[in-house]
Amino acid sequence: MNRPGHFRRPLHARLRPVQFLGLVLGLFLLGGVLIVIDLARSRVSRTEALELTRTLGLTDLALSTEARYLRHPSLADLHSAFQDHPASLDHFPAAAAIGPPGHLRPAPHARLD
Amino acid sequence: MHAWINRQSLLVDYTLSALARHAGRNLAILAVYSCLVFVLASTMLFSDALRRESRALLSHSPDVLIQKLSAGRHAFLTAADVERIGPLRGVSRIEGRRWGYFYDPAVRANYTLMAVASDPPARGSIRVGEGVARLSGLAKGNALALRSPEGPLHVFTIEGVFREESSLVSTDLVLMHPEDWIEFFQVASDLCTDAAVTVVNPAEVRNVARKVAERLPGSRVVLKEEILRTYDSLFDWREGLLLALASLLAASFAVLAWNKASGLAADERREIGILKAIGWDTRDVLTMKLWEGALVSGCAFGTGLLAAWIHVFHFRAPLVAPVLAGWSVLYPRFDLTPSLDPWMLLTLSFLTIFPYTLATLVPAWKAAITDPDAVMRGSE
Repeated sequence: MNRPGHFRRPLHARLRPVQFLGLVLGLFLLGGVLIVIDLARSRVSRTEALELTRTLGLTDLALSTEARYLRHPSLADLHSAFQDHPASLDHFPAAAAIGPPGHLRPAPHARLD
Repeated sequence: MHAWINRQSLLVDYTLSALARHAGRNLAILAVYSCLVFVLASTMLFSDALRRESRALLSHSPDVLIQKLSAGRHAFLTAADVERIGPLRGVSRIEGRRWGYFYDPAVRANYTLMAVASDPPARGSIRVGEGVARLSGLAKGNALALRSPEGPLHVFTIEGVFREESSLVSTDLVLMHPEDWIEFFQVASDLCTDAAVTVVNPAEVRNVARKVAERLPGSRVVLKEEILRTYDSLFDWREGLLLALASLLAASFAVLAWNKASGLAADERREIGILKAIGWDTRDVLTMKLWEGALVSGCAFGTGLLAAWIHVFHFRAPLVAPVLAGWSVLYPRFDLTPSLDPWMLLTLSFLTIFPYTLATLVPAWKAAITDPDAVMRGSE
């Protein structure tokens, strides 16, 4: 509280700039601690997902469900994306952001089909 | 040592005071810089976490998957085909899987209908993924009516709904009794969609796959490693796509940094001239400018990275998830396990902190080595 005749400057004005920087770095350090805590505790349980994958033999993530070659890209064949007609272009937006499946790319091992 | 620390703290004092004299401009640079780091870090953190998740979940996929082809297109495997594979040495288990796609016009989404061989739902009952339940507004105990491709309407009771934690693999799944599946799709009982093979020795997977291809000439064999590689390349592709778009932001920031590097403003040059005139040597001026670049870029990096971490692992990355994970009518809701790749962190810090610091240092060096009188007069 200010006494009569005395004026006390606000906190940010009383600190030296390097002390203010210390406060900012302290906040970053707190953020770093948050990151370390997040890394240390595994919040996401995979039990049910792993059990389903194992018992049902699932092979793909359910990220895009518009077409079979997007729902199961690892099982797609050469004709999946143009399945309707030889010249019909792919019309799903997700297909523009998905590359060809791994087994249709050049691989270091001999092809099996 | 104490004297050195004291000297540096006084230099930082002066640097921060100089930055505060142009607070608006410097805060704007900090904000843009932080946004750039935020976009890059969000993209890298999300795609890295998704890649790890896919590897962890799909590590339990079948060792070998066999599909039959007819005229180059997928066809059903027969029970006889499956029996030809069973006796192969190295095969511990082979199971014909029955599954297919179903388009529900009521919600305009595709489901994956799968018959469960072990511990199936009761006849007339199904287990569904959380996405199916969410989209159709149903819960355990409710009825779900599906019109089969042959015409008849089938009404199933939802026996259970999978939890959100497994939605990455189960969101569109509808699991049913094998006889219900056969009746729904009107497929012969000795046919299956594909066959999943478990191999005893992981080192023999390729040999088993080669023998399968020899025994079933019209088949295609997919290995688990190819499945995993598909997802690695899928996320690499999408990450590259988003980073290419973010490069537009990086390019505009590079123009700003280049503008700084091409020369100092008149008042900045005069300031350096005055400092030299009152006794600062070139080393002190350069140290001060180095602190300026390091503080701005370091704060931007810290702010951007923290914001990206919270955005990806606490808010499910709404800004980058649609591009990196995909989008469809039926979309999984999932959390990712936090992960931080040290190389990614190093690359990001090098690409963001180093160029800006250098851009601040170079013009200051040019002014610092010039005669103070000439600098203050503005003749250089």
